[in-house]
Amino acid sequence: MIITQPSASPLEQASVAPLLTVSGLTKHFTVRSGLLGTAAKVRAVDGVSFDVRPGETVGLVGESGCGKTTTGRMLVGLLDPTAGKITYQGQDVTHRRSKKVRQDVQIIFQDPYSSLNPRHTVGKIISMPLLVNGVNPPGGVKKRVQELLELVGLNPEHYNRFPHEFSGGQRQRIGIARALALRPKLIIADEPVSALDVSIQAQVINLLRDLQREMGLAFVFIAHDLSIVRHFCQRIGVMYLGKLVEIGSREQIYGQPAHPYTKALLSAVPDASRIGQSAGRIRLEGDVPTPLNPPSGCRFRTRCWKAQDVCAVQEPPLTLKNNGAFAACHFPEEGVLIPQAA
Amino acid sequence: MTTQSTTAQPYLVVEDLKVRFTTEDGVVRAVDGVSFELPRGRTLGIVGESGSGKSVTSMAVMGLHARGKRTEIAGKILVNGKNIVTMTDEETRKMRGNDMAMVFQDPLSALHPFYTIGRQITTAYKVHHPRASKEDARKRAIEMLDRVGIPEPHRRVDQYPHEFSGGMRQRAMIAMALVNNPALLIADEPTTALDVTVQAQILDLLTDLQKEFNSAIIMITHDLGVISQIADEVLVMYAGRVAEHGSIEQVMRSAQHPYAWGLLESIPSLHGDPEEDLKPIKGNPPSLINVPSGCAFHPRCPYRMMNPGPCDLEVPQLLAISQPGHSVACHLPEDRRVAIYTNEVSEVGVAQ
Repeated sequence: MIITQPSASPLEQASVAPLLTVSGLTKHFTVRSGLLGTAAKVRAVDGVSFDVRPGETVGLVGESGCGKTTTGRMLVGLLDPTAGKITYQGQDVTHRRSKKVRQDVQIIFQDPYSSLNPRHTVGKIISMPLLVNGVNPPGGVKKRVQELLELVGLNPEHYNRFPHEFSGGQRQRIGIARALALRPKLIIADEPVSALDVSIQAQVINLLRDLQREMGLAFVFIAHDLSIVRHFCQRIGVMYLGKLVEIGSREQIYGQPAHPYTKALLSAVPDASRIGQSAGRIRLEGDVPTPLNPPSGCRFRTRCWKAQDVCAVQEPPLTLKNNGAFAACHFPEEGVLIPQAA
Repeated sequence: MTTQSTTAQPYLVVEDLKVRFTTEDGVVRAVDGVSFELPRGRTLGIVGESGSGKSVTSMAVMGLHARGKRTEIAGKILVNGKNIVTMTDEETRKMRGNDMAMVFQDPLSALHPFYTIGRQITTAYKVHHPRASKEDARKRAIEMLDRVGIPEPHRRVDQYPHEFSGGMRQRAMIAMALVNNPALLIADEPTTALDVTVQAQILDLLTDLQKEFNSAIIMITHDLGVISQIADEVLVMYAGRVAEHGSIEQVMRSAQHPYAWGLLESIPSLHGDPEEDLKPIKGNPPSLINVPSGCAFHPRCPYRMMNPGPCDLEVPQLLAISQPGHSVACHLPEDRRVAIYTNEVSEVGVAQ
C-alpha cells in the first residue's frame, strides 16, 4: 500500500516545497539476549513518513519508547536509518550528507548538564561548530560567539566561563546558541525544556519562539508535554511503538483527534484549569508492548477499546480522516474532545 | 500526651518547622518556618520549584534526616500526637510504615535491585507484624500487588525490579508503602518520571486507595495539573517558606501571591490561544545559602514595593485573608492583590 504523504493539502504542498521529507524511515536495533546470544530486533522506528516545510514547527509526541528520539537522531544524521529515505531540499541525505546539509540541520539536546563539555569554556563550546566546519564569520569567531550569547539572552562577557557556573536554564541557552552558530534552517529540539523548572521552561520556550519568528527557523520539536507542544507547534505527529499514528494541524489534533490513542493521550494530561478528577477520562490499561515483538496489525489494538478482529490482521494505513488530519486507524474517532478557543 | 488531645488534633501537625544544613559554603536554610495541618482523608499538595524545600519538609516528617552536627531541625512535627522532632531513630523507625509511609520519585533507585519485589514487600510487612508467618506475608504481598493493579501478581511477586516497567515499579513502591495501611502517605513526585497515561493510572490508584483506607496524603509535585486533579489543599513553597496556603479552588482560582501568579501564568494551557506568549517568572530561584532579604521572592517580583521597603526589608508573615482557610505571605494589601489577579493574571496561562 502506498502511504499518502501526510501534508495539509495538495494545493499547499505544491506552493511550498518541503525543507525535509521523510518517507518510510525505519530503525531496527539488534539486541542479543540469553546464553546463546540469539539476536532479536528492536523495532524502534518502523516506517515513519512526514515532511517539514520551511519555517514550520512540527511536534513529535508519544510515550517513552515510541521512537520519537530515535527519529530525531536520524533526522540530524546521528543514527543511520535501517531503511527509508530522508530528503533535504530535494537532496537524498539518508546515509551521507554534505557539509552544507550538516550545517543546515542542528540539534538541541534534552539534558543541559551532560550535553556540554565541563572542561570547555562557553566560548569554546559555542565556537566549536564554526571551527569544525571551517567557517570564518565576518568579524571573527569571538565576535560571532558573543553575538550568539546576546541573542539567547546571556551576557557576552561570560565568554570565558565554564558550564558549571550556569544554572540549568542558562545552560540550555548555551546549547541553543551552539545549535544556532552555523545559521541552520532546521533545528531538531529533543525535549529541550523537560529538564528545567516550570518557571524557567516558559523563558526557554519564549526564546525558541522568538528565534523562530526572527530567523524563520523550522523546528522538529520532540516532547512528551502535550500542553507545551500545543503552545509551540503548528503541526503535530503522534507516535506509538515506532509508528506515526496520526499527524495533523494543532487544531485537528487537539480539537478533534481521529486516532483513539491521540484521544486517550490527550485525556490523560492533567489539566490545571480543571479542578478535581477529569470527567470522561479514558483509562488506558497496562503498558506499551515491547518493541521486540510488537502486536500484529494495528500496534495499539492491545490497549484500544475499539479494537475488532480486523485490527489484528490488517495494519491500518495513514489516510485522511474526517477531522482533516491523517490517521492510521480502522475505526477513527468522530466526536470533539476539547473545545478550543476561537 | 492525653488521648483527648490526640483525637481533637488533625493527624499531622507541623509547627514552625526549620531545617538547616551546615555545609562548607555556609548554612543552607532548606526549610524556614513551615506550618500546616492535615487530617485523615485529605490530600495536601505541596508545589514549588527545585530547592523550595518541599522534599526536605517531607523527609523531616518521615524522620529521615540524620540529626547531627550538620543537620539542625527545630519546630514541631506531630504525627498522631507524637513529636517526630524529639524522637530517637528507633522510635521513628517504629512509626515508619505503620503510621506514615513514603513513595519516592525514582522507583529504580528506591527499590533494591538484588531482591525480588515480593521479598521487599514482605520485609516491610514483617517489621510491623513480627509474628506473621512466611506464607501470610507472601499472601499479603500478592494481595497488595493485585490491589495496585499489577497483572499476574502470583508470578510477578518473584520477579526483580529490572523485570518491571517504570509504571509497574512505581505501583510496586506504592504497594510497599501501603502494605501496613499507613494513616499518612507522602508521595514525593511519584509520577514525574512517568508517561501521562501511566501518570493518570497512578493518580487514580492513589485516589481509590485513599477512599478505601482514609489516609492523609501529602502530594509533592511541581505540576499544577497533577495538583488540581488530586489535592484538596495546596501549599505553595518558595525558598523554604510558605508563600500561600489554601484550598485547591482558592489557590488555583483566586491566587494571592505573586509567585503563585507567576507559576499560573508561565504554564501553557490546553485551552486558550496557543499563539499567545507565555509570561515566565524572571530570573532564577534563589540560593538557599544566601536567601534574599525580606520577602525571598522580591528580586523576581514584578509588584514589589521598595525604596522604602517593606518587601526587601521585612519577611512577610503568612496571614489569613478574608476568605476562611486561605493565607498568604505578601506585603501587598489584599484589595490590591485581588485587583491585580482579576485584571492581569486570570487571563494568562492555566489561570484562565
